[in-house]
Amino acid sequence: MIGSLRFTFYVLLLTLVVAGLWTGSASAQGPIPTDDEVNRIAKQLYCPVCESTPLDVCPTEACRQWRDLIRTMLAEGKNEEEIKQYFVEQYGVRVLNEPPNRLISYLVPAVAILIGAFMLFRGFQMWIKPSIMESNLEDAKREAKPFQDLYIAKLEEELKKRK
Amino acid sequence: MTESTISAPRRGVPIWAQIIIWVFLVGLLAIVAAGLSRAQQGTVQPGQLIDNFTLPIYSGYEWDGKSEISIEELRGKVVVINFWASWCKPCEQEAAELQTAWKQYEPTGQVVFLGVDYVDTEPEARVYLKKFGITYSNGPDLATRISQYFRIKGVPETYFVDKNGVLQYVQIGPFTSIDQIRAQIDPLLK
Repeated sequence: MIGSLRFTFYVLLLTLVVAGLWTGSASAQGPIPTDDEVNRIAKQLYCPVCESTPLDVCPTEACRQWRDLIRTMLAEGKNEEEIKQYFVEQYGVRVLNEPPNRLISYLVPAVAILIGAFMLFRGFQMWIKPSIMESNLEDAKREAKPFQDLYIAKLEEELKKRK
Repeated sequence: MTESTISAPRRGVPIWAQIIIWVFLVGLLAIVAAGLSRAQQGTVQPGQLIDNFTLPIYSGYEWDGKSEISIEELRGKVVVINFWASWCKPCEQEAAELQTAWKQYEPTGQVVFLGVDYVDTEPEARVYLKKFGITYSNGPDLATRISQYFRIKGVPETYFVDKNGVLQYVQIGPFTSIDQIRAQIDPLLK
């Protein structure tokens, strides 16, 4: 009786140990990432061989392989940044949907926009200036007249003095 | 006193602003022109000395025990550089021919075949290499640096470089027979 109980105990213990090892190895491998998890990263990357096609909607065989690669890397426990970094190292910076966070990536477009805005501003200014000037010309003449008369009077006075 | 003397003074664009605008415009035009010129150039042309580049090699496909090959190390040998990818169907048409050619030239020690795996994933690339029994050195084109240098238009493309490092022939698209490959290599061995 005691021998039978001991045997049952060892069988149970062995079963628990084997079950523990099995579940341990399964949890180390990690669950299989869902399509949503894969696409969350894939949409931030562009197909390196197609024109302007995000990886999550790209229908080619190559893109399917890259999505599988993302799934594999997620299952291996890699995070989003590590996966994106791997893609940049493998396929170049053009796979990113946003330029890398470097000063020049933002400085050049900002300077270009500022210069463009300045050119437009100056262009509009020059465009509207003649019409404003024409309408104000008469007023300007009228306003200028008394000063002009004073100036002429003063000039004549000076000339007389010299004589 | 004339009317012109009372008109409002016209202020022009400051000279520094004009200089910046013109420099910017000329720079922009230069960039566009360079891009267009590059796009129209096509691949690297025969007769050009190939600059040095380094190809990392997939483990199991090393050349002379090295895990990366520098093209300058291969001076004195004829080098066949084949761009391919596992997702490329036309590449499959020539895979067996390239391997057969490699097996023919390997014993001479005068020819080196390099497979440059263009924007591919390593697991799929390994499946492809195993499927076609390819044994010559193969490695990934990291960040597409090599393909950008050669200005490839697609895959497969194959470049034949002579013993002096000068490009002699470019094959766009797959080879249809082993004779096609031999016809390019044999003259370079003389």
